Amino acid sequence: MKRNLFWLAVALLAAAIYFGLLVTMGDQYLHANLSLGLPVAAQALIAFLGGLAAIIILLVADDFRNLSRPKALGIAGLLLLLIGSYFGLFVAPPEQFMGETQRIMYVHVPTAWFALVAMTLAFVAAVVFLFSADYDWDARMEASIEVGVVLAFLLCCQGAIWAKPTWGVWWDWDPRLTTTAVLLFAFLGILALRKFVDDPHRRAMWSAVATIVAYVDVPIVYFSVKWWNSLHQQQSNPNTVSKPFWIPLRANAFGILLLMTAFIMLRARVAALRLEHELAPPPALDGSEIGETV
Amino acid sequence: MLIAALRKELLLQWRTRAQFMAVFVFGAAALLLFSFAVGPVAEMLRQFSAGFLWLGLLLSSTLTLAESFHAEMENRALEGLLLLPANPRALYYGKAIANWLQLILLGIALVPVMVILYDAGTTRIGSLIMVIALGTAGLSAPGTLYAAMTAQVRSKQTLLPLLLFPLIVPALLASVKATSLIILGDPMNQSRAWIILLLAFDAIYWSLCGLLFVQVVEE
Repeated sequence: MKRNLFWLAVALLAAAIYFGLLVTMGDQYLHANLSLGLPVAAQALIAFLGGLAAIIILLVADDFRNLSRPKALGIAGLLLLLIGSYFGLFVAPPEQFMGETQRIMYVHVPTAWFALVAMTLAFVAAVVFLFSADYDWDARMEASIEVGVVLAFLLCCQGAIWAKPTWGVWWDWDPRLTTTAVLLFAFLGILALRKFVDDPHRRAMWSAVATIVAYVDVPIVYFSVKWWNSLHQQQSNPNTVSKPFWIPLRANAFGILLLMTAFIMLRARVAALRLEHELAPPPALDGSEIGETV
Repeated sequence: MLIAALRKELLLQWRTRAQFMAVFVFGAAALLLFSFAVGPVAEMLRQFSAGFLWLGLLLSSTLTLAESFHAEMENRALEGLLLLPANPRALYYGKAIANWLQLILLGIALVPVMVILYDAGTTRIGSLIMVIALGTAGLSAPGTLYAAMTAQVRSKQTLLPLLLFPLIVPALLASVKATSLIILGDPMNQSRAWIILLLAFDAIYWSLCGLLFVQVVEE
């Protein structure tokens, strides 16, 4: 990745985190106005688009050479996650109706967002691969699927932990939870497919096709399960969530965003190196031997 | 071209009709086994009959679908077919339609078994056949695409269900609901919504899988 592109992404991320997190924090704990005179809508836009643009730059421009950059991103993400969890566990007040149980939302909601983002990245990588036949995108797809599977698995676990004290059952067949579970199995199947195909070209082609087919299923599964059964609570948005709940939620969101990006970059690097190793000619074979074995 | 491909598949299926009988017996045995999971309570069996029918059909469909590319793997017949001056899509649609017809037949054959075992009779035969046709269409389109992949790899018996089962959840849900409403009565006329969902699922996957099949078989 070009040096200036990386720093551009870092600057975008910094702006996003500043407006997404620090402005709210200054407002609430420092009683200082950090908004630089920008209206709230502009702040939200910078926080959202800045983060989005940053991960796109980081993932697309990554050439899998540099190991220290994803590591730095990962450490930054871990720090944000720690800060968010501290605020979520010790600073934010317990919720009026759900009490302490509600605190799992500070990791649950961001995990849900980025599980879907990771799988969307896998879908985009699959489409780009089918059109370009560029194996870098195959590596990115494999990485995004794997990170998406991990996040979806965490999401199912968190959902079960949340459901038990709230509704008295581990699993409630709510559309979002069920869709996540279906998605988890669909993408696990694709990872299994990749393990069983030895030819790199076929592996890349087939898993790209399977990723597209599985991703298209997401809205259909969601609506069919929704018609089938529903008792999940309404989604919250900043207007229904009061301010003390914002900071842990946003800090964790940026933390998981950075961790996700770092993991995808690292995992894509592993995939690219493996492919390079697979395609490399065997080191010490002279021509006669090859002729005989074939 | 499509007609030629379809004729070839149907001829192949006719020549291997013993396979169809074996799959049918497998499905009927599955239906018998499901009733042991519930116990001999007639009312409950009737309640779950639609679900059992579709699960039996789904399990047997993996056998049918996996078999559909089995013949092409012998003597590298698939490569020969692709060398013909024809669109590989015709090959896909020929296979998918042949699988679909076979699954419809299997579904219709399993209905009497369900009626006898679970006491789940209905007079709305026409709607039942329509739901079976739409539901099996949802199984066969992605199933044929995945069978084309999994027939060429190690441990194909595991991979096909692993890939197919999560994908067809909406089709399964809609088919079970619609069949259940047909058997148990439908005072609110809800089955229409489920049939529309099935139609949408079929339309999306019959077009998408046909588009992507070329990528799967190309060398």
